[in-house]
Amino acid sequence: MTDRIIPVTEDELHAFVDNELPAERHSDVEAWLAAHPEDAQRVASWRAMAEALHARYDFILDEAVPPRLDIERLTRQPRKWIAGAIAATLAAFVLGGGVGWFAHGAAATPSTFQNFTLDALDAHRLYVVEVRHPVEVAGSERAHLQQWLSKRVGYELKAPELDATGLKLVGGRLLPGPQAPAAFLMYESASGERFTLYTSRAATAETQMRYATHDIDGAYFWADRGVGYVLSGPTDKDRLSQVARLVYDQTEKSGG
Amino acid sequence: MNQFRDDVEAMIPTLRRYARALARDADIADDLVQDTLVRALRSERLFLGGDLRSWLYTILTNLNRNRRRSLARRPTMMPLNDSGPDASVDASGTEAEGRDIARALATLVEDQRSVLLLVMLEGLSYREVADIQGVPIGTVMSRLARARASVRAFLEGERAPLRRVK
Repeated sequence: MTDRIIPVTEDELHAFVDNELPAERHSDVEAWLAAHPEDAQRVASWRAMAEALHARYDFILDEAVPPRLDIERLTRQPRKWIAGAIAATLAAFVLGGGVGWFAHGAAATPSTFQNFTLDALDAHRLYVVEVRHPVEVAGSERAHLQQWLSKRVGYELKAPELDATGLKLVGGRLLPGPQAPAAFLMYESASGERFTLYTSRAATAETQMRYATHDIDGAYFWADRGVGYVLSGPTDKDRLSQVARLVYDQTEKSGG
Repeated sequence: MNQFRDDVEAMIPTLRRYARALARDADIADDLVQDTLVRALRSERLFLGGDLRSWLYTILTNLNRNRRRSLARRPTMMPLNDSGPDASVDASGTEAEGRDIARALATLVEDQRSVLLLVMLEGLSYREVADIQGVPIGTVMSRLARARASVRAFLEGERAPLRRVK
């Protein structure tokens, strides 16, 4: 009898259709649907929807892959494609505003600053949302982390102490950088605000600190004695600059 | 040819399907897939041991979100009335059904469309979609529920009753 069934929730109906429902609940849901035609109709409509989606889009699976997506080609000419991708991202950047100074010197080849900042912001966006695996080496192993990353990036790297601004070191990871391996350090405040520091060797004479925003993220770039730094975080410019200053002061002392 | 590249290559058809349904324009869709592949190949070292499929869907989803943010707010242009009596007579069943679902997708907000497609078309689990969008599972489920309700309302408002295709 249906009145012995624990009522089925809408979430369970969805989970049933999507094969996410625990097996022991299946017969309950089936009995529920038999007794509740409106729910049964909804479930049927969702199934029909899935069929309609496949009917509409599955032909793409059988289409010949266009030459520009050929993996051999993309692998053989990585430079060209990367430049294209960077140019496209830059266009979005410029449209997005906040980076007006790009306009006056918009050269064909992206500058060190642009490469760095784009890579750093990409990494920032990718990893700040990570809950379980934001870093490879946790901040609790600070000494090991610094030793390992220093060896890989080729200069002495000290994870800055940012406790003064309420930020604790989550940890770090190694990333491919524009010209050399890059070290990526993540910091987190008690409220879950995340900042990242991206640093790698950079062939640039640039020393001036620069600010860029992209969507919901902001970044400060600077370089010092052949090493580039990008600090990324929420777009609150004052807060970001406060943290960037603190990082700058410490990297300068450590002799980068 | 290494294993990583083989694995990436094997994903191209499904990435193209997802991108097409997500972006609703074949050229834009292939642009998204191309940018996704470029980024994946460039970051090969990051993928050791990870779930490549989810990773690629994540890159594509984020690229599309960035693309949409960078566009000025523009209304989506759709034919005013192509489901009139004439259109439904000469369109084949599957074609007509397909056009309806594409238009229904167009009415969804980005995150809902992405959830709906990842679950219903690409067959990903709620957990995988939660990781891709960087949100809790509960958010995925509520987005999915709202997306299904909107699509259903759109389809039934347009052409009742909903017909099944094989």
